[in-house]
Amino acid sequence: MTRLANPFPGGDPLFNHGLDLTVIGFVIVKTLIVFGLLLVSVLLYIWFMRKVIADMQNRIGPDQAGPFGILQTLADGIKLFFKEHSTPARADRPVYLLAPFVSALAAFLAFAIVPFGGIARLGTHTTFLQLADPPVGVLWLLAMSGIGVYGVMLAGWSSGSKYPLLGSVRASAQVLSYEAAMGLSIVGVLVHTGTLSTRGIVLQQTWQNWHSFVSQWLWLPAIGAFVIFLIAATAETNHPPFDFSEAEEELAGGYHIEYGGIRFAIFYLAEFMNMITMSAIAVTLFLGGPSGPKLGFLNQGGWVNVWIVPVFWFLLKLWVVLYATVWLRASLPRLRYDLLMDLGWKVLIEAAFLWAMVTGVIVVGQDQHWNLWIVTPAAAVAALLVYGFLMMCVPGKRELEDIR
Amino acid sequence: MWEQQVAFWVLAVAMAAAAIGVVRSRNIVHAALFLVVVLAGAAAQYILLAAEFVAWVQVLIYIGAVVVLFLFGIMLTRAPMHDDAGALDNDQRWGGLVVALFVLGVLIALLVNAFGGKKIHFSNALVSLGRTSHVGTDIFRVFVVPFEVVSMLLLAALVGAVVLARKD
Repeated sequence: MTRLANPFPGGDPLFNHGLDLTVIGFVIVKTLIVFGLLLVSVLLYIWFMRKVIADMQNRIGPDQAGPFGILQTLADGIKLFFKEHSTPARADRPVYLLAPFVSALAAFLAFAIVPFGGIARLGTHTTFLQLADPPVGVLWLLAMSGIGVYGVMLAGWSSGSKYPLLGSVRASAQVLSYEAAMGLSIVGVLVHTGTLSTRGIVLQQTWQNWHSFVSQWLWLPAIGAFVIFLIAATAETNHPPFDFSEAEEELAGGYHIEYGGIRFAIFYLAEFMNMITMSAIAVTLFLGGPSGPKLGFLNQGGWVNVWIVPVFWFLLKLWVVLYATVWLRASLPRLRYDLLMDLGWKVLIEAAFLWAMVTGVIVVGQDQHWNLWIVTPAAAVAALLVYGFLMMCVPGKRELEDIR
Repeated sequence: MWEQQVAFWVLAVAMAAAAIGVVRSRNIVHAALFLVVVLAGAAAQYILLAAEFVAWVQVLIYIGAVVVLFLFGIMLTRAPMHDDAGALDNDQRWGGLVVALFVLGVLIALLVNAFGGKKIHFSNALVSLGRTSHVGTDIFRVFVVPFEVVSMLLLAALVGAVVLARKD
């Protein structure tokens, strides 16, 4: 892939002319729009998920509230909102009340870096269609998912009973383990792009012609990182087949058993917000974000091609990825917990690490004009040898039992 | 520059109050949460110094990993969580005070010695110093030997911890 220069190296051009009241107003409006977008997406996603799974299982699914039952989630939300609050007697009250908000806040803030469109011009102001474009970009995502762990952990602990605590320790161990694999798989992308900023990453995947689909969009150049990221993000968001946080047969419901009413609804909301954020990040990192072919019969610089088309491509890609998550939920049974940990620690982390190194070899090879047909297989073979060596060092199940 | 001064003092007071909370709290999970506030305050101070990368790494590593592991340790072991019968009190207040004052003195002496009288002038050059690419270049070109030494030290600590924890 070829590298394109970032025309806006200094982050969002909204702030290029200092901070005044209009700029602050812009930021507030953008925040409200992004929050609304995320909330509406969650409402639609839950309905969509129930409807698609129902279809796959030859059922009808929700069909009472609104046309095709599309208002079902809203109705559920209103019902939960008016339910009575109850706090367990042995709960640690301040922490118990804080936990759902930590979850929801982290989930919402993580979405802030997702570029969901191109550039918007209003009057004299120009801004990116994304809430924030910090230079640390993807690190922000990892930091926020790190904070999201607190919601799960504190909810389980502060409920003051055994099952939520077990559920929360289990869920947060899972999230932490897979965060490592996810971070390392993102490194495989960053070596290609040379920037952490999500806007910069998206700009490097700009659509030029149909060949861009395989040469600019990173899903093919970083195919290893893509696969690892998808698995790790599925585990990170506690999505089936890794949904151990709510293994109802084993733990009665996971870390939020003791929560009811709107507090439970906030956890539920945070979970699906995470789901959508991770899908949006997958679109951003690997599928070109809002880039895509423009409408040729309209003016290339007109408002339809600058505003509407990028947002359309982003939403289309997002819902394709979200459909895939629903598909996973409908078709795969839950894993066993030790297999989950084995997959995370013994396969994905090493694979992501080695993939990042192979990517490094390829990128350096491109810069130095080496023959990639020789260098790439050589690097891959070397990586496989290292992996084989590592696997020889890890004791197998039987040896572990011998030790015990 | 007065905005930075105000922000600095607000954050500093909050950090100091939370730090007192860490040692005063009679519930060990609350103490860990106060520690999160202190570390988040430190991250905010880094942002005031235009060191954005360091700030978010602080959040990622210290809040997202280190304190979470503290909480894990507390929840997985049968450590006492509440100070019911002085279980959390090791009765070494005077020793603690001496160590705290010693560390404070060393830090003050170091900072005055290194930066006494210097002022930070905010400019684009300072902001670009804090950029990820700049920090990365510094670590892997200028400070590569200390970086590798620290990595070896951490690896040795990790192996040592495994050796100590294994029963056989």
